[in-house]
Amino acid sequence: MRTIAFAVIAALVALPALADEPTIKLKPGPGLDKVEGNCGTCHSLVYLQMNSPFLNAAAWNAEVTKMIKAFGAPISDGDAKDIAAYLAANYGT
Amino acid sequence: MLTRRSVLGAAGAGLTLAGSGWPRFSESRAAGAPVTPGVPAGIADAATMETLPGKKPLIRLSYRPPNYESPLDYFRTSITPNDEFFIRYHLSDIPDVNAAACKIAVGGDGANGQTELTLDDLKKLPAYEIVAVNQCSGNRRGLSNPHVAGVEWGYGAMGCARWKGARLKDVLAIVGLKPEAIEIAFNGADGPAFDKTPDFIKSLPVWRAVDESTLIAYEMNGAPLPHLNGFPARLIVPGWTGTYWMKHLISVTALTKPQGGFWMNPAYRIPVGMFPVVARFVTQENATTTPITEIVVNSLITSHADGAKVKAGNNTVSGLAWDGGYGITGVEASIDGGKTWSAATLGEDLGRYAFRPWSFAFKAKTGKNTVTINATNKIGQTQTAALLFNPAGYHNNVMQNITLNAA
Repeated sequence: MRTIAFAVIAALVALPALADEPTIKLKPGPGLDKVEGNCGTCHSLVYLQMNSPFLNAAAWNAEVTKMIKAFGAPISDGDAKDIAAYLAANYGT
Repeated sequence: MLTRRSVLGAAGAGLTLAGSGWPRFSESRAAGAPVTPGVPAGIADAATMETLPGKKPLIRLSYRPPNYESPLDYFRTSITPNDEFFIRYHLSDIPDVNAAACKIAVGGDGANGQTELTLDDLKKLPAYEIVAVNQCSGNRRGLSNPHVAGVEWGYGAMGCARWKGARLKDVLAIVGLKPEAIEIAFNGADGPAFDKTPDFIKSLPVWRAVDESTLIAYEMNGAPLPHLNGFPARLIVPGWTGTYWMKHLISVTALTKPQGGFWMNPAYRIPVGMFPVVARFVTQENATTTPITEIVVNSLITSHADGAKVKAGNNTVSGLAWDGGYGITGVEASIDGGKTWSAATLGEDLGRYAFRPWSFAFKAKTGKNTVTINATNKIGQTQTAALLFNPAGYHNNVMQNITLNAA
C-alpha cells in the first residue's frame, strides 16, 4: 500500500542507520545470544533496559508472548523461553 | 534463525541513497540525560542526549524506532520550535518521502468516490492555521506507580506548534461521505521492519474527523514539517492525543465498519469510566475499554527542575498548562502542601488548544520550599491529587509538586 500510494524511495532505509546505531551492551548471561538475535531484529535493545527493573518473570514472559502474538515476531518456543528467562534473571524484579 | 540482515533484505542499495528516512547521522551523543525524576532506573541509566539532523539535542529513549523527548528547558515558551519538538515512532521502516511525488489516497466504502491528492492539491484548498498541543498518549508513562511496560516517557513527549493545512472535512467533501460512514481511517508511509507486524493504522469517529479543527498540515511553525515529525503532511487532531496525528499521511479511508487492528484494540485503550473525558469514540467502545481520546487538563513547571536552588526571598515559578481544547481558565499554586492556594498569572492566550503560559510569584523561606500546581479548564476540570492507575500509563495529570532549596 505504501509503495502504491507513494512514489517514495521504497528501498528499506533502516540499514544505513544501523551502521550508526548505538551499541547497547546488555548484561552477560545465558540466553543473551537469543535476545540479541531475536529482539534486536525489530527494535533497539535499549527497550529491555528501559523496561527495568520492574517486571517480574510472569510480566517478562507476557511481553515476549506479546511480541510473538501481537507483533508477529518469528521466535521459536524454545527461544521464547530462553529470552523470558534471561530477561527475568537480568532485567526483572 | 531470522537475522536482522535477512529481514532488511536488499538494503545494501539503501546505503547509496542520497537521503534516508532515518536519523542517519547523529551529530553528537553525550552520556547522561536530564530525564524526569521518577522514570525507571533502567532508562535513567540508558538515556542519552543526542543531536539528530535538523534538531537540537533531545533525550534519546530509543534509536530504532526513534523515540526522543524534549528536555524540560525546551518548554519555556508556549510555542515549541521545530528543532526542539519530540519524536515518536512505533515502527522502524521510515521511508524518505519525496514531497513532489507524495499522494494521499482518499476513498473507502463509506465514501461516494475516490481520489488522490498531491501536496499541491492540498495547498490549493483553503488553508487554516491553528496552534495546538501534540501530546503523546503515553507522555509521563515513566512516572506510573507501579511502572508499566512501554516507552518510558517523562514530561517531554509533547510540544505545541502553529500548524497550517487543509481541513480534513474539505478533503472528505471532495469524495463525499455516505450517511452510513462511521469512522475515517488513516495510514502513514512508515511501516514495520518485519511484515508480520501490524502496520500503524488509526481511525477517528466521523464527527471528530469533520470537526473544523482537524487538519492535514503541511506547515509547522511556518516551515515544512521536519521529516521525523511527519513530512510532508500529517494529521492534526487538536485536543486529542498524538496517536491520532498520523505522520507521513498516505491514505484517508471512510469506513462503514469500525477499524480493526492492534493499534485500535488492544492498544491505546483506557478503562471505561476511569477518566472524566467528554469526547467518546463510541463505535470502538466495549464493556471494559474505550479508546483514549482527548487530553486531560494538565500543567508543568518549566522554570525550575525539582530540587533546584533558589535565593531566599522573591522568586517566580513559571510553566505551561493545557487541556483537550476547552481552554485553560486558571492555574493555582500552593506553597503549603495544598492547604491554601493562590491564583497564578496567566500569559498569552494562543487559542484553546495551545499551551497556556502562567507564572507565580512567591517568597521563598530559607531551606526547603514546595510548590504544587493545579490547572483548571473551562468546563471545571482540574488535575488529580493521586494517580489514576491504568495498565498503559495514560492520562497522568497528577498535580506536580517540586521542592526548591532556598539559601
